[in-house]
Amino acid sequence: MDVRTPHFKDNARGAMADASLQEALTHIRRGFIDKRARAVDALPEFEALRDSSKAIKDHTLAHLDLYLEAFIERAEAAGSVVHIAETAADARDTIIGICREAGAKRITKGKSMISEEIDLNTHLAEAGFVPVETDLGEYIVQLRNETPSHIIAPAVHVTRDRIEQDFREKHRGLDPDRDLSDPKELLAEARTMLRGEYLAADVGLTGANFLIAETGSSVIVTNEGNGDLTQTLAPVHIVLASLDKLVPTLEDASQILRLLGRSATGQDMTVYTTFSTGPRRADDPDGPAACHVVILDNGRSSMLGTDYQDMLRCIRCGACMNHCPVYHEIGGHAYGWVYPGPMGAVLTPALVGVDQGGHLPNASTLCGRCEEVCPMKIPLPGMMRSWRRDEFERHLSPATVRWGLGVWAFFARRPRLYQAATRLAMRILGNLGARRGHLRRLPLAGGWTAERDLPAPAGATFQEQWAERERRR
Amino acid sequence: MSEPRPRVGLFVTCLVDLFRPTVGFAAVKLLEAAGCTVEVPADQTCCGQPAYNSGDNRDARAIAEGVITAFQDHDYVVAPSGSCAGMLKHHYPALFADDPAWEERARAFAAKVHELVSFLTDVRGLTEVESSFAGAVTYHDSCSGLRELGVRQQPRALLRSIDGVKLEEMDNRDACCGFGGTFCVKYPDISSAIVGRKSAAIKATGADTLLAGDLGCLLNMAGKLSREGATIDVRHVAEVLADMHDAAPAIGKPESGSR
Ligand code: SF4
Repeated sequence: MDVRTPHFKDNARGAMADASLQEALTHIRRGFIDKRARAVDALPEFEALRDSSKAIKDHTLAHLDLYLEAFIERAEAAGSVVHIAETAADARDTIIGICREAGAKRITKGKSMISEEIDLNTHLAEAGFVPVETDLGEYIVQLRNETPSHIIAPAVHVTRDRIEQDFREKHRGLDPDRDLSDPKELLAEARTMLRGEYLAADVGLTGANFLIAETGSSVIVTNEGNGDLTQTLAPVHIVLASLDKLVPTLEDASQILRLLGRSATGQDMTVYTTFSTGPRRADDPDGPAACHVVILDNGRSSMLGTDYQDMLRCIRCGACMNHCPVYHEIGGHAYGWVYPGPMGAVLTPALVGVDQGGHLPNASTLCGRCEEVCPMKIPLPGMMRSWRRDEFERHLSPATVRWGLGVWAFFARRPRLYQAATRLAMRILGNLGARRGHLRRLPLAGGWTAERDLPAPAGATFQEQWAERERRR
Repeated sequence: MSEPRPRVGLFVTCLVDLFRPTVGFAAVKLLEAAGCTVEVPADQTCCGQPAYNSGDNRDARAIAEGVITAFQDHDYVVAPSGSCAGMLKHHYPALFADDPAWEERARAFAAKVHELVSFLTDVRGLTEVESSFAGAVTYHDSCSGLRELGVRQQPRALLRSIDGVKLEEMDNRDACCGFGGTFCVKYPDISSAIVGRKSAAIKATGADTLLAGDLGCLLNMAGKLSREGATIDVRHVAEVLADMHDAAPAIGKPESGSR
């Protein structure tokens, strides 16, 4: 996927001017927040679960090589073929190879952000395959020729009206007078369209929320059951997951699952939680004849041992973006790559380089609400600050910013000089704003004064007045 | 026997120093009333957040060393800002992670640091204040104070102790106002959109005064409300608690008579 992050400012401006997007984002601004709060309040041990889940992931990351080895061994013992892909291209080649070998044409897909990360659909189509997304949100996004704008709600940027319009346009041959006013009708129509696809699919590809080292299993959670149909009805199942999805045991996964649904949608559990281990066994009633697990690194192992390792604890619940004031204004596409919101602001520079992704950790007020709600206690603002430091040290921050900071710091480090300079500046500014009490325009502060006033300073600084008062005492 | 008066160094904060000295004087008044001896070291400028949050740790450290030295003889360091107090308390020690001697000094310093209102209630045991202020107020929780220092109930408790005050909570009260220090300069249009949502929530309360404990957020919200033509008064909470709401016009408003 092209990285459009360097155009972040333009992307954001466009997003804020897009009335339909702004309407669609209304749900994010409120719905998710209230639902999560209710679910968390109802679970007294939520805080304790956060601590123990963090510990599970930290432990796994400290021994990632061992757990990876164990996973491979158990998965292969269960009949899966495990492929390790170092880069996005490796993963795509592996998957295309598997599809070719299976003589496949149609490929159903459960939701997978990793698939977006490696831009799989484009490459599958170029190689002559037909990928069909089966998650309702992903299905809508595919129909619209877009990418997901949220990691758990891919089509959250589309209003219901637009979806209805898209369905009427793309689902030819259905009764043009049918009633699609209820979202349930939309879901039902998508299901009808997809039903045939599951049975016609030659390969079913899903992501994974967890890879369990102890059993070699993969776990997916969905609310529509589309993941199950994708992975059991096609003759070949491919699991595509990144390295950081590993956890040691089934018990560990079950524990973290208690955080996932609540943090994501406010559900105690998602509707479907599916564990799958290898292909169909002799006495299984159904299941795929072959199962492949493709484990993607794509830069993650190089985050180990750095300031950014904590990011690998992420379980992709989306709570950080649901609570992010910046995401609320601009939505997910403005971030310019696969992962939006606070988790994207930390992960994107790690995966595409801070030279490309540098805007994202800067475009944050560091308000800390993301860290407050992150079930895995990932210090997102702190890591955004680390990116800013890396950027500054590598001289990647804009020259004007560095210059301004330099001048400011020169004075801030010299209190006497600073006080003399600010006394003068505040007197001028105070005089300028005295009549109204605020300034409506100010050179060099055009960004601020474009849409708000600048309250005027009193005139004399506190230090000046205090010194005067002390003299008189 | 009265306990000795603790010696408090007031960390004025750059925005209070430059934009709204009244808040500094209100802080001094409250601290003195709470039995403290207050001093204002002249060797202070800013807590260093503009540098620290821009990745310039070298300048941030130099500034931090100056602040730590300026307040080394005080029992407490108190700031009328959750954001600056959070910087002093939580981020100074982190800045010196590779310098054990300074790290220890920063830790000892951090242990003395408090945000003004929570210092009054949690350390000095203040439960009520005398103030002639009257009206419906809404209180904005500034992010750093709320999340780094746990300031939430303290200002509300003191406000409720004022007879004339009626507290009207705003919707989504723990959402950021969009100030974000350097953020509002680097991404002004996103910042402006965020504060627009905040100002709508403020106006919906029907309160006639907006209070908060951080001048950065207050300047931002006052600037937006003023541009939108809202008449609501905006003040630092210390001004009301110290009964000094007559000492200066509300933030962004002219001296009476001059409009
Ligand atoms: S960073 Fe935390 S809150 Fe955000 S998606 Fe990951 S686990 Fe969820």
